[in-house]
Amino acid sequence: MVNKKLCSPEEFEKLRKDILSKKDPNRSIVSICTMSACGQARGSLNIYQRFQEEIKHAGLEGKVEIKGTGCQGFCEREPVVIIFPEGIYYLDVSTEDVPEIVSKTLVKKEVLERLVYKDSVSGEKVAKGAEIPFYKSQSPHVFGNNKYINPRDIGDYIALGGYASLHKALFQMTPERVIEQVKKANLRGRGGGGFPTGLKWETTRNAPGTPKYVLINCDEGDPGAYMDRSLMEGNPHSVLEGFIIGAYAMGAHQGFIYIRQEYPLACENVEIALKQAEEYGFLGEDILGSGFDFKVKVHRGAGAFVSGESSALMSAVEGKVGEPRMKYTHNAVEGVMGKPSCLNNVETWANIPLIINKGANWFNSIGTERSKGTKIFSLVGKVNNTGLVEVPMGTTLRQIIYDIGGGIRGGKKFKGVQTGGPSGGILPEQYLDTPVDFDELTKLGSMMGSGGMVVMDEDTCMVDMARYFINFCCDESCGKCIPGREGLRVLREILTDICEGKGKEGDIEAIEDVAELMKDASLCAMGRTAANPALTTLRYFREEYEAHIKEKRCPAKVCKSLINYYIDPERCQACMICMRNCPVGAINGGKDLVHWIDQEKCTKCGTCFEVCPPRFSAVKKISGEPVPPPQRTKVIRKKGG
Amino acid sequence: MSHVRKAVRRAVGSYYGSKDGLIQILLDLQSELGWLSGKVLREVSRQLGVPATRVYQIATYYKAFSLHPKGKHIITVCMGTACQVRGAPTLLDRISTMLNLKPGETSRDMRFSLETVNCLGCCAMGPMVVIDGVYHSNPSISQLEEIFESVK
Repeated sequence: MVNKKLCSPEEFEKLRKDILSKKDPNRSIVSICTMSACGQARGSLNIYQRFQEEIKHAGLEGKVEIKGTGCQGFCEREPVVIIFPEGIYYLDVSTEDVPEIVSKTLVKKEVLERLVYKDSVSGEKVAKGAEIPFYKSQSPHVFGNNKYINPRDIGDYIALGGYASLHKALFQMTPERVIEQVKKANLRGRGGGGFPTGLKWETTRNAPGTPKYVLINCDEGDPGAYMDRSLMEGNPHSVLEGFIIGAYAMGAHQGFIYIRQEYPLACENVEIALKQAEEYGFLGEDILGSGFDFKVKVHRGAGAFVSGESSALMSAVEGKVGEPRMKYTHNAVEGVMGKPSCLNNVETWANIPLIINKGANWFNSIGTERSKGTKIFSLVGKVNNTGLVEVPMGTTLRQIIYDIGGGIRGGKKFKGVQTGGPSGGILPEQYLDTPVDFDELTKLGSMMGSGGMVVMDEDTCMVDMARYFINFCCDESCGKCIPGREGLRVLREILTDICEGKGKEGDIEAIEDVAELMKDASLCAMGRTAANPALTTLRYFREEYEAHIKEKRCPAKVCKSLINYYIDPERCQACMICMRNCPVGAINGGKDLVHWIDQEKCTKCGTCFEVCPPRFSAVKKISGEPVPPPQRTKVIRKKGG
Repeated sequence: MSHVRKAVRRAVGSYYGSKDGLIQILLDLQSELGWLSGKVLREVSRQLGVPATRVYQIATYYKAFSLHPKGKHIITVCMGTACQVRGAPTLLDRISTMLNLKPGETSRDMRFSLETVNCLGCCAMGPMVVIDGVYHSNPSISQLEEIFESVK
């Protein structure tokens, strides 16, 4: 095996020049998101393979490079195929489109109009990625390189200036100076806590005791958030580079990467990245000849939400059960094995190379007064353009949901946006113009959290959502402290009762009492914030709770116990589709006979509602009113029949 | 040497017999053997020199471990917030009816196990279902029928 290890800054410089000299800026590159679990779900691997075949067939081998990249952000329209150097974006591509892309775009340099972005209002077609509304308002400093990088090739990262910040830190800066820069940049923890990163680093560095440890938190447990997965899958070296710089600054020689095993591809890519970084001498002993040593171990999380909490995560790294412990002293002073330890989130680490490279002043020029830089959000739920978006801190919810996200799906009405995962809250329409940063959303009872942003429309029941989150936390609570364990259990019982039509007077007040107690007395942040979804929905959607309790009605028609399915005899065309699809045989009627649902048999699975052709729309959901009696013998006279 | 003892020796060996590696060792054994029997847990305890109670504590605390044998085909429905909002409960009900299994159950012929997961991180494309490691974005009834038929 050739020894690739770089032993001096000069050798690193030479390697970079070598890599760049081999890259022809005019060469065509086809970039496909194959290194992401969701890209694969939409068949990106098949498209990649088809491109290989077609390019070979067209005799373009060696002239065109096919690059399997990580997440490119516009997940809703996957599989996306980007053609460089032109920067043409083809959306919703299928394997059948590949021969035409090769023969027209790669050979003749023509744009295929039918595959480019089309504005839903003006009908205007946009081929260049930078001009697509979804991308136009973004500032992709951390996430933007994904589309150029094969995450399994360290050369791609180096070609884009990768590891230059590490080089700068090691040879031009003292550890103190690195910490000073991070402090000056006012970087705050991207995992949701928002604690000043520089301060954490300084405490760890100055804490007595050796060895010191540094850790990456990739236990992205927040349901609805996936930016950490996408960074780890798509650009693992950017995270590693920040990690090594941090270790140098804090004087740590051992690092741990905690990554959830539910992300198999991220685990795989990070292992490959570690191996390559070591081969090239960015990790291991005497990094780039600087005399600094640093080793990294990967710890796969075995599936426990609470293990993402810092003290719990550190216990897990020691091979113990991942339960939080009382923090009489900070982890920065007493963490892993009782030694000074610094844990930062994936996105926080990925910001470090940018700060070192471009400087604290540049970083301070982006964002709001107290929250600097950009933030990646996972914009999901009932919005038109779901995906990962990176915007400056302080961008409003409206800009994110409407300008980038393209508004609500299917012309429905916006109802609320859930931010901050199970510790956050749901905000209604009147707060859409709130700038998103660490402090503003907290004032409204929610939080920015790690960047999950789940958009909800009028078909979402807020009581059911509160029950969902409480149920989630109840299952995930470690059970160590009584307020966390019993408080959640009581909340779950009350909310389940309300959703099942068994709510009673005083339930709302009981929720508020329990929530307050949990806030004051729980052991860890999860327990202290777990009631937030219930509290914000009570604050902003109280009338829905009241409708459930007093009128036994679910306004969004979601809670199964409070709704009935009913076939409107005036609209039913006796097409038998719902009859055939009903899994329990609850639909009666026949050919030319109006259908009706036997309410005793119906399990409210909603299949009939879904399969009834939209032009008939005969199946209705009703709530809080009696089901009209069936018209058993009504005959349908079909048009032309 | 029995099959279990060998598997445990291999897993323990790849973490150099270090006690910190307990969770990682159990993860490797779970993926190799499909479940963790009492025999496996006792063997880990013996070879690693960790009390059996601690091994059992870890094996019951984390979701990734199963103390019961699982079916040949594993169907995992994501119940994350984004999937929830886009109809995961309906999808889960439907699969549950099709396979005649409740979440967490394994069919008597050991063919299918139906499971749920909190979030797979494929939030933009929900609701998501993973069948034997292959990700499916919002599969229709007929697509599901086809998949279940093909793995029978």
